[in-house]
This record gives sequence, structure tokens and C-alpha cells, in this order.
Amino acid sequence: MVALSVNLAGVKLKNPVVPASGTFGFGREFSELYDLNVLGAISVKGITREPRIGNPLPRIAETPSGMLNAVGLENRGIDAVLSEELPWLRAHFDGPIIANVGGFSPEEYASNCERLAASAAVSILEVNISCPNVHCGGRNFGSSPESATAITKAVRGVTGKPVFMKLSPNVADIAEVARACEGEGADGLCLINTLVGMRIDIARRKPVLANVTGGLSGPAILPVALRMVWAAYEAVKIPIIGCGGVASAEDAIEMMMAGATAVEVGAANLIDPMASRRIAESLPALCERLGIADIAGIVGAAHDFQRTK
Amino acid sequence: MRGAFFTVESNRALAPGVFELVLAGDCSAVQRPGQFVNVAVPGLFLRRPISICDWTAGSMTLLVRTVGRGTAWLEKVVRGEKLDVLLPLGNGFDISAVPDGGTAILAGGGIGIAPLYALAKALLASGRRCVAALGFRCASDVFYADEFAAIGCEVAIATEDGSRGQRGYVTDVVSAYCTHGRRGTEYLFACGPEPMLKALAANGWTSSTQFSLETRMGCGFGACMGCTTETTHGPARICHEGPVFRVEDLKW
Repeated sequence: MVALSVNLAGVKLKNPVVPASGTFGFGREFSELYDLNVLGAISVKGITREPRIGNPLPRIAETPSGMLNAVGLENRGIDAVLSEELPWLRAHFDGPIIANVGGFSPEEYASNCERLAASAAVSILEVNISCPNVHCGGRNFGSSPESATAITKAVRGVTGKPVFMKLSPNVADIAEVARACEGEGADGLCLINTLVGMRIDIARRKPVLANVTGGLSGPAILPVALRMVWAAYEAVKIPIIGCGGVASAEDAIEMMMAGATAVEVGAANLIDPMASRRIAESLPALCERLGIADIAGIVGAAHDFQRTK
Repeated sequence: MRGAFFTVESNRALAPGVFELVLAGDCSAVQRPGQFVNVAVPGLFLRRPISICDWTAGSMTLLVRTVGRGTAWLEKVVRGEKLDVLLPLGNGFDISAVPDGGTAILAGGGIGIAPLYALAKALLASGRRCVAALGFRCASDVFYADEFAAIGCEVAIATEDGSRGQRGYVTDVVSAYCTHGRRGTEYLFACGPEPMLKALAANGWTSSTQFSLETRMGCGFGACMGCTTETTHGPARICHEGPVFRVEDLKW
């Protein structure tokens, strides 16, 4: 019997598989296909103070081994999330709910985090300072250690619940941003968000996406995510949720060996709605094959090669 | 929604770049004409959303136009091949909106005629009259006109070059039909390029009309929010609350 549970800053997950924010809504569509309780936790669609329709269409484009999205944080706004979406999910899922929190200013982040943390349904706050598709005066808050520090500081004081900062890969030095968040008291990190990219329609001679650029996700970014989780793991002591291109149980184990305590499954949910369940259910047999008795024991295991060689 | 493997029964060319796939598999979950499937293509990341042209309990027909690498792969599938399909997706047409004994005009532009075929069958089975107004570029592009006629539709064709039927667009056929003094009792269903749908709306189809929209989609089942459009009831996912919308719900 393989032990699959992991612990994220005091929150116990029965397994490390978590659908990633923005690829799973609030679970409604997936609950028609399978019992959500097979999942370790659920990271819900990003939440802002005001309802948002997002960016103009088209806002999806295909890429080699992945996709671009420029959705732009479409969501119903925090009031509807608190009054309708979270109660619905709580009634259909017993495990930890991770509230993914967006914002356009340190004040909005703080207020959104405070209100969401006050909900008994929410176990962890995942603070998205890395959406590439909304623009706050031309930057996103995860793009520099200074702005990441400012948001972490703003949200840290408003709740005792674990705060995980979701980091952008579109930075020069991910370790520096990771350390900045840890230094301000973040309980954990989630990385990576999508990589900025674009495509051009050669017949129309213009960008495919109305937003011009979008965020790249899917198997194409798995190696980038692994490298960044690896670097963050070396830089900080707080737990890391690894995210980016995971499509199989093997990918999830790889992410954990790079340093992730839990693993988010993103774009895979969109092309195979059973992906998160399939990965969670494949883990025990894979662990047995690999001689893993307790999955929590492999977090960062690949870093040991430097000490043993 | 469910995922299932379907087996290709036949694949035949209908017109240049347009082909008909008949797939065998469990279609018991399909509820309404106008719903669609999302087909996985080996080597490409996203599925391809394709409307259901017709279905029975054990098979379905898809009409496909080759526009890119995904549809080019589908054009070459042969009998016996297996396709990974998600179905049924979307809301489909609401035929109960057509008055009993009334006439429905089904306006299709190019490959947009596909979902209108099962719609016509459903309308005819319920005792409504059907006029299929089908628009193509030229005579050699025409497909499925005989199929619509065979089930009992009145068929009116428009071609842009006038090589078959009326010269002009599908909107011209609809307008011509409605100047015969019949307007007021007809109900319009339309599927085709957005300029065609907007032209119909501009021609006075501002009620008693359902449009099936086409767009780039991510997942096709409401999870990614990649195809949201604004409606008078708030944001709606074209793949999930749509693809069929009443014209008065669209903010055009």
C-alpha cells in the first residue's frame, strides 16, 4: 500500500494531484464525469473583486504540444464566488479548496484574500501575481522581486491561512522572486504560470489572438516548469506546488522529484477531461513500480544526485 | 458529456475540400440537433469541434471542411480507423420555438449547413415545413442539396457566381423567400460565417431566430473560458451555453 498523502503548509492532501486554476472552473463540468473526491485538492478559477468578461475572441490558439490562452481572468467576481461557486464546490468536494486570487493593486489583493480566507470552504490562498493576460500599467506583479514582495506583504497580514504565491516564469531569475516571497512570510509557492507567447495567422498576416499575446501551457512547458521548480526548491524552504505541462503520473513524479510537494494539472484537463482523475489513479501502481512507499518522501529527491555522485 | 472511441464507417468527398464522415459508436447521449463533438487528432494538442450533421443511436454523420492540419488529417481517415471523441457538447437548436404547423427557414452558409440537416429532420418529423436556404461559392461547391430535398425540404440555393440557383448570398435567398408575403410566421435557424449571420440580423431577423455560432475553442465543454461571448443575460460560453443562441440574446 503506497502512502500518497502530502502536506502543504499544514494542509493535508490525500494525494498530490490538484487541477490547476483556470482549467477546471469550479469543478462543475468535471463533476458530471467523475467524483471530484479522487483529487488531492482543487485550485479554482482565478477570482477578482469585480466580474470580468476577459479579453476579446479569439483568445485560444494551438501550439506545438500545447496551447496559448488569453482569457484575461474571466470570472463572476468575488461576491458570486463566495455566495454560489464555493458553496457548490464544498457540497461536491471534501478535500482542500485552493482559492486562486487575482487583483489589480496590493489593496485589491489584500481585500480579496481577506474575504476568501474568511470562507470556511477555503483552505489555501494561491495568489496569482503572474497572469500574463491582464495588464496593470504594463507589468504583472510577479515580474520583479520588488512587486512580488509588495503583494506578499499586502496579503500576508490579512489571514492566518496558508498563502501560496503563484509565480511567473517570465522573469530573469526565478530563485530571486521565490526568496523575496519567502522573505515576506509566504507559506508556499506555486509555479509556473504560463509563458508569454504568440502565433501569427499567415493568411491574414496578423496575430491569431485578439490580445496579440497569450500564455503558453501544455506539455511544451513541462521542462521549463521542472527547471524552475528545481531552482526554487534550491532557493527556499517553503513547500512548492509544481505546475506546468503535467499530463501523466510519470510527469507528476518528475515534478515532485524536482522539488514539488503537490502537482497541478492544467491544460491536460482541457483535452482530456478525465486527466486529473487518471493521473491520481495511476500514481499507486507507478509508485510501486518505482519502489516508492511514501510519495511525500520523493519531494526534491532528484537533488540528492549532487550529494551522492 | 462523455469520451468515447468511434469507428470510421465511411469517408466520402462531397465537394472540393468538403467530406462526409460516418462514425459508428454510442450516440445515445446526443439530445438535440445543433450539438457538436470534439475530435482528437493525433499529434495536435487541441481537439477539433465539429457539429453533428445527423445521428442514430449507433452512428453519426459529420460534414467537415478542410481548413487546417486537423481537418486535413480527418479528410484522410479510412474505414475502420478509431477516433477519440467527446460528445455531446453544446445546447443545440430548440425546435419547440417554432409554432405548430409553422415554416422554418434553415439558412446555411458553406459548411454551416451541416447541423441544419438533423434539424430539418426533427422539424419535419414534428409537422413543421422546412425551407433549406443553402449558400455556396459556385455550383461545384454545392453539397447536401439532394439530401435536404430527399427528406422533404424545399431547397433554395444561392451561389456567389450564379452558376447554380440564385446569384448572390444565402441572405438573398432568405430575403427573396420572405418577400413573397409569408414573413411573419416563419422561424429562422442559421449557421454560417459571422458576416452572414450579422447580415441576416441586419435584414430584420431580430426575433424568431436562432443562430449557431462558430469560434476557436479550447476545451469545448465549458472549462477553459476560451470562447466566452457577451449576451443580454451576461457572459456565455459559446461551447457550453451555446453554440446556439436566440438572436435577441446576442449583443451584436
